[in-house]
Amino acid sequence: MSVLLDQHTRVICQGYTGKQGTFHSEQMIAYGTLFVGGVTPGKGGQTHLDRPVFDSVQQAVDAEGAQATVIFVPPRFAADAIVEAAVAGIELIICITEGIPVRDMLDVKQRIAGIDCTLIGPNCPGIITPGKAKIGIMPGHIHLPGRVGVISRSGTLTYEAVAQLTATGLGQSTCIGMGGDPVHGMDFIDALKLFEADEQTEGVVMIGEIGGSDEEHAAEYIRSHVSKPVVAFIAGATAPSGKRMGHAGAIISGGKGTAEAKFAALAAAGVAVEHNPTLLGRRMVELLSR
Amino acid sequence: MNIHEYQAKSVLKAGGIAVPEGYAATSVGDAVSAAAKLGGRIWVVKAQIHAGGRGKAGGVRLCRSMDEVRDAATALLGSTLVTKQTGPSGKLVHRLYIEQGLDIVREFYLSLLVDREAEAVSFVVSPAGGMDIEGVAAETPEKILSVSVAPGGPDAAQCKAMAEMLGLQGGQATKFAALAAELYVVFMASDCSLLELNPLILTGDGELLALDAKISVDDNALFRQPELAAMRDPLEEDPRETEAAASGLNYIALDGSIGCMVNGAGLAMATMDIIQLKGARPANFLDVGGGVTVAAVTEAFKLLFSDDHVKAVLVNIFGGIVRCDIIANGLLEAIKTHPMRVPVIMRLVGTNEAEGRRLVQDAGLDVRWANDLDEAATLAAQAAA
Repeated sequence: MSVLLDQHTRVICQGYTGKQGTFHSEQMIAYGTLFVGGVTPGKGGQTHLDRPVFDSVQQAVDAEGAQATVIFVPPRFAADAIVEAAVAGIELIICITEGIPVRDMLDVKQRIAGIDCTLIGPNCPGIITPGKAKIGIMPGHIHLPGRVGVISRSGTLTYEAVAQLTATGLGQSTCIGMGGDPVHGMDFIDALKLFEADEQTEGVVMIGEIGGSDEEHAAEYIRSHVSKPVVAFIAGATAPSGKRMGHAGAIISGGKGTAEAKFAALAAAGVAVEHNPTLLGRRMVELLSR
Repeated sequence: MNIHEYQAKSVLKAGGIAVPEGYAATSVGDAVSAAAKLGGRIWVVKAQIHAGGRGKAGGVRLCRSMDEVRDAATALLGSTLVTKQTGPSGKLVHRLYIEQGLDIVREFYLSLLVDREAEAVSFVVSPAGGMDIEGVAAETPEKILSVSVAPGGPDAAQCKAMAEMLGLQGGQATKFAALAAELYVVFMASDCSLLELNPLILTGDGELLALDAKISVDDNALFRQPELAAMRDPLEEDPRETEAAASGLNYIALDGSIGCMVNGAGLAMATMDIIQLKGARPANFLDVGGGVTVAAVTEAFKLLFSDDHVKAVLVNIFGGIVRCDIIANGLLEAIKTHPMRVPVIMRLVGTNEAEGRRLVQDAGLDVRWANDLDEAATLAAQAAA
């Protein structure tokens, strides 16, 4: 098993015929994802990458039974794209777009609140179940089907952890990049819940960042609900206060959201915290060989 | 993006919110004529910098005569103000704001912010106005009320609760409710991430006024806020950061000695962290981003090579979207005008890794190659020691 995504998930892309949409859709198809088409308003009826193009998500759901979508729509239209997918009945929505105004995301969260769907992102690398399917922009070849779930707020730092898990032979069950924006979809707790219930997953690597309090909440959750070993790293221990470290969500303000506080909360909850980001794979090997 | 107090007040004023009368001034003469225009017998001369704690640092001066206004303006303009928020190097004062002096009866704290946990806009109010709110939160948390509001703005019960916390009753509570509603409208319409009035004051005439105002605007929304975007003050920003932003790079100057070039914000932060674990300190945060070009990488290397604090450069690229050959070509371009005056440690993994390495080697550059991030950080720390 794996979580959220496998080789049977029927995937579409919003912003399909654009440069980013085209490039990454090709990569997803090459990886083996069951990719059934895409949406670009005004281009419905055309064929792109040997697959149908639709004017709306609803048409793609009706015609192809689309279950998941990946969004490459520019920031000013991305919020509406998320809501469109949710309303059309898409179960798994992955928004790659970086730079969506936070006011728009507050609005999105209100509008999709009553709809049964899972949003990952925005501003995230996506999700991959190695060997089966990937929805997102991560390089597929660094992954290895395996035993460890990965949940992260970062993109390339996730690749670093993934490469370590691959090098040690542990591999990954599913990797989820939840994204670096302050208001986002799936969080650590949502993912931990899925990994705890998943038979294939034996341990979880969790990668946090400064800013917000998602990691502190995750620590509380792990304490009482997670039996599998968790290794955690928090990026930004050396980041100065008040400076936005690239990601809109990565900012320490008013003394809150520091790496130190997050490490401490996780350690207190029994998590194997690791201050060296190059030792995450080895640490997991130790925990799983006990 | 932060804007100045005088700009924030113009935004508030346009939204119908009462602010003291005032004028911005960039010279002593302008400051004096601003005071004359305002009339009255008391003026406040306020340094305009993007940092709080100005009052304690002497950046806000109460003046009781034109001579005092002149003296205050002369002292402040061109001076460097070091406050709790500026860091030890302080900020140069380029501009003043001259306001009428007011009859202050009480001072409150009020802010609106995007509450990540509640995924809503929250009001934070406290009767302990004009003070460091983090200090209030730490020492007397019972004096702070935080209220998350629905998309329509604060409702009557929420306004009443906030007014009560501030000790406002009757007509004053009614005025507060109207103010809260107007502030919410401004906050949303201007895509603010923070709107802070510290203090909000109650005057002898029973009016509520924003005596100080701070606004931070969501960077992601600047495309639809052209008037706010035009309020950017490049003098408030590190010139290297401005230069980097123009090339589409995400750069933040720090005070260490290892220049960093990384793709991705999380990996860039992690690279800074591991440098520190190895006993050295990063000179900067630099995320080249996903859609990086040779020209941008060239600019990035120039920035690092022209920084006198940099004793070694660490390049850490985990190429997915970013191609290693683009990084290599950027280095080759940069050294045409900016010689490699410090050791360069490179860790290139991923897309076009071999080609990137070959380009650098064929050019005969003395670059130290690292197989992983740990080794790269170790080499960089040794080189900078």
